[in-house]
Amino acid sequence: MPDAAFDPRAVHGAQAQAAALHEPALKHHFDDLGQQKEAATLGMWLFLATEVLFFGGLFAAYFLYRVWYPEVFGEASRTLDITLGSVNTLVLIGSSLTMALAVHAAATGQRRLLMIFIALTMLLGTVFLGVKAVEYYDKIVHHHVPGPSFHFEGPAPERAQLFFSLYFAMTGLHAFHMVIGLGLMTVMLVMAWRGRFSETWYTPVEMSGLYWHFVDIIWIFLFPLLYLVDRHS
Amino acid sequence: MSHVIARRTYYVVFAVLVVLTLVTTEVAFFDFGLLNPVIALTIAVVKATVVVLYFMHMKYSSRLTMIIGGAGIFWLGILLTLTMSDYFARGAGAY
Repeated sequence: MPDAAFDPRAVHGAQAQAAALHEPALKHHFDDLGQQKEAATLGMWLFLATEVLFFGGLFAAYFLYRVWYPEVFGEASRTLDITLGSVNTLVLIGSSLTMALAVHAAATGQRRLLMIFIALTMLLGTVFLGVKAVEYYDKIVHHHVPGPSFHFEGPAPERAQLFFSLYFAMTGLHAFHMVIGLGLMTVMLVMAWRGRFSETWYTPVEMSGLYWHFVDIIWIFLFPLLYLVDRHS
Repeated sequence: MSHVIARRTYYVVFAVLVVLTLVTTEVAFFDFGLLNPVIALTIAVVKATVVVLYFMHMKYSSRLTMIIGGAGIFWLGILLTLTMSDYFARGAGAY
């Protein structure tokens, strides 16, 4: 019968238990908080890699049709409001700044500041969705929504319909991600309010931040691809 | 492990992103022919890189995390390159 003191699993278990006494956030299957955070970060980036491919299919469809029908894509793109589009880009970049500052506040243990920056991020995210709703409404009024009531002046309306199908699919999927992001931020706000985070453990804030910045990056590509086609002609 | 970046870095990154957004919007109104989409996408890639490196802390991440992030871009490259090469090898607008 092996001596319990020489059983590596027993030693490991004892160490983990001792560590857990000091740090309530540490799960028993991790050696320390650093390892636990590394695992979370790795998992989050793996998820984001799948998200890149999720959006990648839409980008592939977009590139193909834009190369095939460049003139119509230019015409259709010029019906989008470039002012609203660029202002919304700035709003989203601003929300990424407040998100980064929220993570910074969490890392330095400033609970009040963390809550303020999460709330600001949510506010800017909501403004973005509001502007998007105004743009969608404008598209509905002008019959630019693909379907039976679609109408577009020009020689190839069915090709313009392709552009607007991609426009709604891409911005719609992006907006859906924004809604999920706002949900995550709501959870973070409640957790921060309840004092669940500390300087040594704020992993959920940082992982939600990664997600938020990723959604920002998608928009960084959507803006020039959808709004800035042949603006000069 | 947990590297805390100075807040000033975030403000600088934000300023760079705002300037690049204004530049890409302005440049779109000038005719550079085929270079227009190239310029727009280059600026977008620069903006995305800055966000990944600083806002998403990739610059301070472990090698393994960098490989996973890089793999995402690599697979996106496969998706786009193989799809496009197949379509264009069959002739433009053949469908």
